Amino acid sequence: MKYQSQKVAYWYFLAAMALFGIQVLGGLLAGWVYVSPNFLSELLPFNVIRMIHTNALIVWLLLGFFGAAYFLIPEESDRELWSPKLAYVQLIILLVGTLGAVGSYLVGIHGGREFLEQPLWVKFGILVAALIFLLNISMTVLAGKKTAITNVLLMGLWLLSLLWIFAFINPDNLSLDKMYWWFVVHLWVEATWELVMAAILAFLLLKLTGVDREVVEKWLYVIVATALFSGILGTGHHFYWIGLPGYWQWIGSIFSTFEVIPFFLMMSFAFVMVWKGRKNHPNKAALLWSLGSSTVAFFGAGVWGFLHTLHGVNFYSHGTQITAAHGHLAFFGAYVALNLAVFTYAMPMLRQRAPYNQVLNMVSFWLMTGGMAFMTFVLTFAGTIQTHMQRVVGDYYMDVQDSLSVFYLMRFGAGAAVVIGALLFIYSMLVVRDREIIAPGPAASVPGE
Amino acid sequence: MAEILTKSRARNIFYGGSIFFVVVFVAMTVHSHRYVVNVSTAGMPLSEEVVRGKHVWEKNSCINCHSLHGEGAYFAPEVGNVMTRWGVLDSPEDAFETLKAWIESQPSGIEGRRQMPKYELTDEDMRSLAEFLRWADQTDTQGWPPNEAG
Ligand code: HEM
Ligand code: HEM
Ligand SMILES: [Fe+2]
Repeated sequence: MKYQSQKVAYWYFLAAMALFGIQVLGGLLAGWVYVSPNFLSELLPFNVIRMIHTNALIVWLLLGFFGAAYFLIPEESDRELWSPKLAYVQLIILLVGTLGAVGSYLVGIHGGREFLEQPLWVKFGILVAALIFLLNISMTVLAGKKTAITNVLLMGLWLLSLLWIFAFINPDNLSLDKMYWWFVVHLWVEATWELVMAAILAFLLLKLTGVDREVVEKWLYVIVATALFSGILGTGHHFYWIGLPGYWQWIGSIFSTFEVIPFFLMMSFAFVMVWKGRKNHPNKAALLWSLGSSTVAFFGAGVWGFLHTLHGVNFYSHGTQITAAHGHLAFFGAYVALNLAVFTYAMPMLRQRAPYNQVLNMVSFWLMTGGMAFMTFVLTFAGTIQTHMQRVVGDYYMDVQDSLSVFYLMRFGAGAAVVIGALLFIYSMLVVRDREIIAPGPAASVPGE
Repeated sequence: MAEILTKSRARNIFYGGSIFFVVVFVAMTVHSHRYVVNVSTAGMPLSEEVVRGKHVWEKNSCINCHSLHGEGAYFAPEVGNVMTRWGVLDSPEDAFETLKAWIESQPSGIEGRRQMPKYELTDEDMRSLAEFLRWADQTDTQGWPPNEAG
């Protein structure tokens, strides 16, 4: 850590990890309701649990991105943050908003657009926080050095904040509502967040592998170009059956198929950089998470996304457990694992010590990744059966669900592994030990920075 | 990547291409917006009652259990075609009665069956909700869902 003001990232990461804990516990609870439907049904109905699960996810991922930006921008632009104080104000606004949202959900106050259920004042809070953030990082970069990493990161963050405007636009016409809703949801995870992901990944690989900056930055531009060229028109893969014109079936199928490319490139990029790199960085866990993230993102977003993106397939699979399977692995690989990679990389520096608890951290990687992969497999099986019975044969929804209970039981087991992994990760970040639990092997030849 | 693709070329392609795709996307959005208003949802007027029903739907967060046109949660049945499934699509009165009877019978309390929460809706809310669902059911969704099961 070169600059004092990078320290603000620490508090963002702490808040993010707390919400991560809440998110996975909420998920586990939702998974249990599938197994035992009467559980808590009068006190805390499924829809409320689900809102908490998904909203906590989105907020903590954003907190992680904000923290990552505050951590890497001073280092990239070679100067202190414009205003650390504003960064803390921003964090407080976000935390008040989050607690306010959760509190309102518990007493039954919420909107009714999926993922955007926050009460209006919370939405405004998020907008204000985003503006403070953009001001802060833009002023820092403008006054300092501009690199491809800061360019792309800033562009991603500006665009995703602009898209938040659509969270306020809720037309009375349901089909229009749905169309503009996707401007937030799809154009976040399959366009602007990809810019953020690629920039952060480039930063991590630059630091961890020591590959030449020129090479990293050229890859970065190619990756983000393929992301936007495919992702913008790829929005069409959500426009097939919601009352929009039929031409989206072709536009959506073709362009969203190309969306696999940026994820494939990010995975290749990560492995090629490690292969070319000369540096033997001591933070092995951060490297594991970086490689893991780009690989699982390729499978979750790329492969599982392509699985149901062609309109001929989507006609049958739309809105089944197949969608849930894909949503989980994609979010986990691309955005959860990437954030955990940043935390793993930055935390030792923020606490001013050498990398620690690497073994526990790596165990948590395998627990979480294994759990999410298993969850994805069982939901994919459940979704395949559901698609056949309900969409092809025409059996009623509730009857079909009764025949899927064994998969939901296994999903709960997978979820338990994820929760244990998540708690272990948080423990390994926060509870510092003097020594690794296992003694390291013979010293590596050339240590990195 | 060969020498032809320098970093600054890659950057220019990225900026130029992105602007191009944004422009195309905006144009298609304008067209789609008009198509929705004039064609696909023109089957039934977007009355005040329908709009009110949409707000009832949102206020109760039905979307976090059900799907509507295939979007939402996967915990409970699709409702974009529920009026067809119940055979009441063309009769506002039957739609209202059937919906009211359904909501008032929940939660069922049956052991091992997924529970719908208890909703205390006025008759007016219930009527609007029924109209909203009838309206949604009449949207031209390119033939989706494949069958009545939704
Ligand atoms: C990291 C990137 C991605 C994330 C986080 C993500 C996440 C999600 C989520 C959460 C949904 C469900 C939305 C809802 O509630 O209705 C969804 C739907 C969908 N995704 Fe992705 N996705 C990603 C990338 C992709 C890619 C690259 C493709 C295509 C190649 C794709 C194809 C689809 C399709 C076709 C649907 C609609 C499924 C349906 O019809 O029910 N996704 N995605
Ligand atoms: C403890 C592990 C987890 C369990 C048991 C779990 C369970 C669930 C359940 C039951 C739902 C509701 C599905 C429905 O609508 O019927 C859900 C939704 C969702 N969960 Fe999880 N979850 C877990 C972890 C995660 C993680 C780690 C992520 C992020 C990577 C995540 C992201 C989501 C998303 C995006 C949705 C909305 C799904 C969609 O619309 O497709 N969950 N989860
Ligand atoms: Fe998408």
